[in-house]
Amino acid sequence: MRRDGKQRSVFTRRALLLMGGQVAALGVLAAKLYQVQVVDGARYATLADENRISARLVAPPRGRLLDRAGVVVAGNRLNWRALLVAEEAEDVGATLDAYSRVLPLPEHERARVEREVRRHRRFIPILIADFLSWEEMARVEVNAPDLPGIIIDVGTTRQYPFSEKLAHVVGYVAPPNEDDLGEDPMLALPGIRVGRAGMEKAQDLPLRGRAGVVQLEVNAVGRVIRELDRQEGVPGQDVTLTIDAGLQEAVLKRLGDESASAVVMDCRNGEVLAMATNPSFDPSLFNSGVSQAQWIAWTRNRRTPLINKAAAGVYAPGSTFKMAVALAGLDRKAITPYDRVNCPGYLDLGDTRFHCWRKGGHGALDLRGGLKHSCDVYFYEIARRIGIDRIAAMANRLGMGVDLPTDLPGARKGLVPTRAWRMSKGKAWNIGDTIVAGIGQGFIQVTPMQLATYASRIATGRAVVPHLTRKIGGVLRPEALPASWPSLGLPDKELATVRQGMWAVVNEGGGTAPAARIPGNFGMLAGKTGSSQVRRVSREARERGFKSEKLPWEFRPHALFVAYAPYDNPRYALSVVVEHGNAGAQAAAPVARDIMVDVLTRDPSGRQEPPANRVADKGRV
Amino acid sequence: MDRRLIRERSFGLTGKLWNISWLYVLLLCVLAAVGYVALYSAAGGSPEPYASRHVLRFAFGLVLMLSIALIDIRFLARLAWPIYGVSVALLVAVERMGHVGKGAQRWIELGGLQLQPSELAKIGLVLVLAAWFHRASWERMGNPLFLIPPLILVLIPVGLILKEPNLGTAVITGLVGGAVFFAAGVRWWKFALVALPIPFAAKIAYRYMHDYQRARIDTFLSPESDPLGAGYNIIQSKIALGAGGMWGKGFLQGTQGHLNFLPEKQTDFIFTMLGEEFGFVGGVALIGLLLLIVLGGMVMAVRCRHQFGRLVALGIATNFFMYVFVNIAMVMGAIPVGGVPLPLVSHGGSAMITVMLGFGILMSVYVHRDVEWPDRRDEI
Repeated sequence: MRRDGKQRSVFTRRALLLMGGQVAALGVLAAKLYQVQVVDGARYATLADENRISARLVAPPRGRLLDRAGVVVAGNRLNWRALLVAEEAEDVGATLDAYSRVLPLPEHERARVEREVRRHRRFIPILIADFLSWEEMARVEVNAPDLPGIIIDVGTTRQYPFSEKLAHVVGYVAPPNEDDLGEDPMLALPGIRVGRAGMEKAQDLPLRGRAGVVQLEVNAVGRVIRELDRQEGVPGQDVTLTIDAGLQEAVLKRLGDESASAVVMDCRNGEVLAMATNPSFDPSLFNSGVSQAQWIAWTRNRRTPLINKAAAGVYAPGSTFKMAVALAGLDRKAITPYDRVNCPGYLDLGDTRFHCWRKGGHGALDLRGGLKHSCDVYFYEIARRIGIDRIAAMANRLGMGVDLPTDLPGARKGLVPTRAWRMSKGKAWNIGDTIVAGIGQGFIQVTPMQLATYASRIATGRAVVPHLTRKIGGVLRPEALPASWPSLGLPDKELATVRQGMWAVVNEGGGTAPAARIPGNFGMLAGKTGSSQVRRVSREARERGFKSEKLPWEFRPHALFVAYAPYDNPRYALSVVVEHGNAGAQAAAPVARDIMVDVLTRDPSGRQEPPANRVADKGRV
Repeated sequence: MDRRLIRERSFGLTGKLWNISWLYVLLLCVLAAVGYVALYSAAGGSPEPYASRHVLRFAFGLVLMLSIALIDIRFLARLAWPIYGVSVALLVAVERMGHVGKGAQRWIELGGLQLQPSELAKIGLVLVLAAWFHRASWERMGNPLFLIPPLILVLIPVGLILKEPNLGTAVITGLVGGAVFFAAGVRWWKFALVALPIPFAAKIAYRYMHDYQRARIDTFLSPESDPLGAGYNIIQSKIALGAGGMWGKGFLQGTQGHLNFLPEKQTDFIFTMLGEEFGFVGGVALIGLLLLIVLGGMVMAVRCRHQFGRLVALGIATNFFMYVFVNIAMVMGAIPVGGVPLPLVSHGGSAMITVMLGFGILMSVYVHRDVEWPDRRDEI
């Protein structure tokens, strides 16, 4: 028992030691718990909230595009989609079988759905079909009891009421690509679209709006438990265009089946009222995806429906360029309005003979007569006197061959050649190139939009720039005010001379475009015809009595017309280009007249305008 | 002679029931009730699927415990070697045909019941060590050669558990064995002799460890280095605890656990679950309850009149303490994650049964604390 006592006392001592150790160890744990829960508690609590709360972006509705009268030209339409939530379907295969009895589900689409079901967590909805019609949506909803796991989701899709009539102006939207994704996290959202062309692209940021944020409580695998907070986004702003949709339709109707384009501008402030290009395309096809057959049909069509001819089509301006040459000559004092140039029907320069369009010649003409009769020799002579670089400088000043700071994407620069340009191509400039440039042929290429700008600048003397945005979010843009446009710095007298020439072209007996004369009392139209050759006419052909109408379509000259009206108080300028339309006077001038009559009819101030008698006086010098 | 020394070889059933520490049973019931609350919350405010089964298991465990408590401790001592032998055989068996769970062979199927042989091995080890030292006179305790067989008895299960591999349980088993050695009166310097080579052994062991074990240790050393991998559990657990703060978010209000950020919240991380909902105050209260249960077992050991009972009770109380310490330290990121549940609170049948088996033996020691056990065979 003594020994047992010894063992027991040792045991008791050591058991007490162990107990002390256990108390200490759990005490340390309690202290550590205090550290984690109380001392560092706030920091960990923040981390817990971050864990729990997931902020998700919610795309706001895209702003609409309106015409200047408020007519919707690009809006949003409800889009029904069928989605599959795998965890709510007892058997995904059976649900898809049932679905395919209600609506067609192609084999490859079904394979895609099944692949995505396997790839995603089972509570994530998988898209089965997009762009369901109302009837299709209703058929799915009616059969809902047989379609466990299938839900109908309402999104929005872009709708273009004017379809191909405004396709090139409005443009279209498409899903963002890799390059877009970096700039705005909203673009990563499914179903989001960005503007890809036209004004959809130009005003993409205001149209897009700002994403809303929904704070969701989620668990560790990302399943939404509940919504905690919602901050509504800023809806995309409506953008009002300068376009008059009714006018646009009228212009397109007048262009008919021709491969043609027309630009109507308010020449006081550069607002583009109509920008018509024929043929065109249906922009909504880009939203849902363009079929390969459709794409091939578009790209192989020699009338180029995908190209906005009004802003990106380039043509030699032909005789419409003569005002620029005249103003360059006046500006350089190489000629006065009263100097006469004799036209024998040709100009000989060294070995080369440059013909006037009129075989017998025009005789002696002053500047006004040169424009009125569109005498080639007169302008050959001015070009010869001042040289290409001065012509180019004036053309640029009037809006041709330069990148106009317009808001329409895809507008081309065109080309007005200079010696330096020719040198940069490694070739020398020939005097003959200057001569043909005097009548807008040769290397010169301009767009119809530049031609309309050119007509506007001649009409107003201001450096207006064509633009298509009138209001953003209901706020008028400063460009809409005529006073915001600076003067070109050309003397009124010189401009008046040229304007008189343009007046005479249309309104005076013997002018080249009597067909452009406006009937009634809308005011007078001043304009200029042009025909631009797409193929050089050889001397032999000319001597045989060449008729361009007999050429195959694609080799016929383009017909052009630039104009503004009313002559005495210019408000509208336009350009018409009919591809391979032969002569400007026959193919383009009547179109321009009809369009201008339409424009003036629509002008709210047009009817109050008094009969413009004084114009006639101004017209005669 | 002490008035309470019971000279008969056994005493009546009523006497035994009277001798059961019902206060201790009550403490265990309270702990199990805490487990019910935690599991109710872990299931998102529902008794299914954890809490209801927890109650059933505890009821079964309670019956098992009380039944064992009535078995004479001297009979249990005779079962020490068979139990040890069976548990080592099971450890070998689990090596051969064990069910692979969580990347390790730890479980074995016995008639539909999943069993962790390592848990049984700890009880077997405690029994067999207590039986060994019970025979020893104080003089023989001083003989180093006498200590070599029990050392081997420890090393066999520890080696087998290490091979499973289950580093955490192997270390706990070794420490439980060490506690029994210590309480039996083995000299301090002998412990030092065994302890000294351990760091070197650990270095070598690290080299031969499984990748997941190395990852666990590496993660312990810097949990933020791999926040979505191995360190995820610890970081999320600390976040949950910290979010609980002083007073907790309230019952069923914990977001970390309910939103599934917390891994294995119904098993290993049940303490975190409670810590988030009941805060530091609740956590400390739970630690206090667990400490009471540990110290209660130690007191039972001290009050026992025979060396076998003392050592068994101390071993079982120490084993329980090790569970508690490792689990709570683990969820706070104080030691590497070890897959050790919180006894009587965590969800899991096998652990509950073995823990209650242990408490049954502990209670048997208490009930039979005063039995006459003239069993100094080496003196006779």
